[in-house]
Amino acid sequence: MSLRVLVGVKRVVDYAVKVRVRPDHKWVVTDGVKHSMNPFDEIAVEEAVRLKEKKIVSEIVAVSCGPPQSQETLRTALAMGADKAIHVEVPAKDAELLSPIHVAGIIAKIAKDEKIDLVILGKQAIDDDSNQTGQMVAGLLNWPQATFASEIVQADGGLKVTREIDGGLEVIQVKLPAVITTDLRLNQPRYATLPNIMKAKKKPIDKKSPADLGVDTKPRLEVVSVDEPPVRQAGAKVANVEELVQKLKEAGRI
Amino acid sequence: MSALRARVIELYKQLYYMGKEYPAGAEWFHPRLKKAFLKNKDVSDPKEIEALIGRGQFVIKEIEALYMLRKYRSLKKSYYEEPLPLAEANLVKKINANAP
Repeated sequence: MSLRVLVGVKRVVDYAVKVRVRPDHKWVVTDGVKHSMNPFDEIAVEEAVRLKEKKIVSEIVAVSCGPPQSQETLRTALAMGADKAIHVEVPAKDAELLSPIHVAGIIAKIAKDEKIDLVILGKQAIDDDSNQTGQMVAGLLNWPQATFASEIVQADGGLKVTREIDGGLEVIQVKLPAVITTDLRLNQPRYATLPNIMKAKKKPIDKKSPADLGVDTKPRLEVVSVDEPPVRQAGAKVANVEELVQKLKEAGRI
Repeated sequence: MSALRARVIELYKQLYYMGKEYPAGAEWFHPRLKKAFLKNKDVSDPKEIEALIGRGQFVIKEIEALYMLRKYRSLKKSYYEEPLPLAEANLVKKINANAP
């Protein structure tokens, strides 16, 4: 087989950063905060590269929708082994209003234009945790989907995918073209080394806008409020059983 | 000799680059990195230099593994339920075994 694969990569706030809610309660603070590739997308890129090393895949196209800085994320994908990249540029202001339906529309359109056989996406991004884009892409293209993949092998002209489901694993056979979303245990992504990042600068990045692809990115959802999780209340020590019983009575627990 | 020199410089650059995301901070990592290289600045035996480069490559592999594990663990912690710690799991097993 020589499949053409599309992988989606999202630029998100780095996993190690302690996120803070923005004062207007519409999103989290992103200015001056370290960003990196969504870890689940890293797993998707790694899987595509491994399939290429097994000669199942012939070309890997990485796609990212986001602000100009998303190019850095695409460079990382290229350094890991993607062959070319498409950057769908959305101004930073609009990028945070971009929701899965828009991204899915963009990815579906590119998948058709580029004659893609397999779309591999991270199951969710670690910033908005939507877990919708892969499913929506499959819906828009009317392709089979294998979500939460923890193993992918070639079988019977298609792919045999092991899925992580509640309380166990499910093995399904999908025909191509198909959409796969990756789970944490699929693989261990390689580290993009410095020489590879340098080499990646020579690989092509195509720039497009959502309008070029005929996708309307008008927000369909409104963020009502983003808040911190409630803080755990401080406990208290008691000297003896009587005091404990009394405190519990006061609190109305007994 | 110059080929070795180029490889040493490349090794330094790679480690410097990786040090930028070191958990203890680049301010912690970079001075130590420099010190480690300066310590061996007078080494001239090609075999010895080769061995030192080998050690540097090993450190790179270790740091890569450290980053990977750190990311994996933090994701597992935020998205997946923790399995019972071993001691606790053994206790549960024991209780179940003794149950009538």
